[in-house]
Amino acid sequence: MKTENAIVIIGGGPAGLAAAVQAYDSGARDILILEREPRLGGILNQCIHNGFGLTRFKESLTGPEYARRFERAVRERNIRAMTDTTVLSLTRDRQVTAVNAAEGAFTVRAGAVILAMGCRERSRGALNVPGTRPAGIYSAGTAQKYVNLKGYLPGKEVVILGSGDIGLIMARRMTLEGAKVRAVCEIMPYSSGLKRNIVQCLDDFGIPLYLNHTITKIEGEKRVTGVVVSEVDGNKRPIPGTEMHFDCDTVLFSVGLIPENELTKSAGIPLCAGTRGAAVYQNRETEAPGIFACGNVLQVHDLVDFVSEEAEIAGRAAAEFVSGGAGERDAADCVNGKNVSYVLPQKIDKNLRGDVKLFFRVTGTFRNCTVLAESGGKILAGRKRRIAVPGEMETLLLPAEKLKEIEGELVVRLEEESWK
Amino acid sequence: MEIKHLTCIECPMGCALEAGVEDGRAVYVKGNSCPRGKMYAENEVVCPMRVITSSVRAADGRMISVKTSAPVKKSEMLEVMKKINAVHPEGRVRLGDVLAAGIADGADLVATDDSPL
Repeated sequence: MKTENAIVIIGGGPAGLAAAVQAYDSGARDILILEREPRLGGILNQCIHNGFGLTRFKESLTGPEYARRFERAVRERNIRAMTDTTVLSLTRDRQVTAVNAAEGAFTVRAGAVILAMGCRERSRGALNVPGTRPAGIYSAGTAQKYVNLKGYLPGKEVVILGSGDIGLIMARRMTLEGAKVRAVCEIMPYSSGLKRNIVQCLDDFGIPLYLNHTITKIEGEKRVTGVVVSEVDGNKRPIPGTEMHFDCDTVLFSVGLIPENELTKSAGIPLCAGTRGAAVYQNRETEAPGIFACGNVLQVHDLVDFVSEEAEIAGRAAAEFVSGGAGERDAADCVNGKNVSYVLPQKIDKNLRGDVKLFFRVTGTFRNCTVLAESGGKILAGRKRRIAVPGEMETLLLPAEKLKEIEGELVVRLEEESWK
Repeated sequence: MEIKHLTCIECPMGCALEAGVEDGRAVYVKGNSCPRGKMYAENEVVCPMRVITSSVRAADGRMISVKTSAPVKKSEMLEVMKKINAVHPEGRVRLGDVLAAGIADGADLVATDDSPL
């Protein structure tokens, strides 16, 4: 079966929903959301804790509450969504092939495609943690699904590797449900989680956080019986003699998220090494004309509020594209300089209108510093920061009138001394 | 006078705060680098309060996510959790429904999601 849709959105999580609403409100009417799970909302459905929406709605919502707001907005506009539907392939000329139980396999020729597939968790296998392979080892997100959506506690004595936000949230969640969380180990000298989560998920319950530590052995035959934790040196190598032993029946991994870009790659769309997402222009269009990307499939965000904001950029741009708004490009590269690990967008089209919000992450903890965007020896934007940390995304606004002043490439960097 | 050590959560600085507590009130705050840190410590040493989020098993066996409608005393969180886990709503639940009135001082237990169809 072959059908046509003006805009096809792959993924019905926070990015896909916000992109759909914005595309509609920008004039598009023929919009189709394809979602793999039985329900719209994506990962928010299992993130039952609060703290979502503080930036966007100025109130603290739980994940499901945040998701339902956008789901309702989609329903009110009668935007079509197919759930239980998995996208199998995407081509550069925007043919989307998907499958579900009702329709079988089908292909949609799309006027524009918005990639909103989100990300998945890095696994134990990706880290090569030595030891046996017993039951009781989960990614933090899997444990979250068991506890919150299925009502099963996956273990009673827990050690968590990685201090990402999901791991911290699960430390609190499992403690509230009666488990004992023995330790959270973080190989880096700082936590990648939000400060409020360190305080309210660990400190509130007296759970120790071991920075510069990692799990060097998992023990147990049928079920996990314990782990060995070692301190690491500056090169993240375990230091002999620092081993500590913890008895536990469960190990959770919260060691990072990887944008889920298999479809992007199959369409031949180039990815950026720093973000592991597609390289995009400021309107979130990839190198393939008419294919846009937003949310965690593009860059792993700290807050869903920023996912929604980014998705709206992509939704608006996709609506413009299908109404024939694509103009000629005047592109400049946007690259990371000193103390910055990546910048998004990776390309700036000087012919596009509007301010450009640059998103980037810094490589370490810096106090009283300045972040700035420079081109051709001229500083086009900058601001002072009392503190910048890798765990919290930085932004810098490049005003619309500065776009024409970009000569060659635009470099975003952090200066350790305050710049005047 | 009791001395309490806290980490400020108002911004990523995460200032290490020290508060002197007398008669249940902060008489001084040190270590903060802005007024928000002082306010955070003053509130936090009196009676720290937290919203509890959890999920409960509905009568049909499916889970429904919930929260307390107001913050509850941090020291009473585990007690309140026991009451939350005894709640088993029947019939279709809608986001915002009160599932257990007065589950803690000044707080109801409220559904944060609709029952899946």
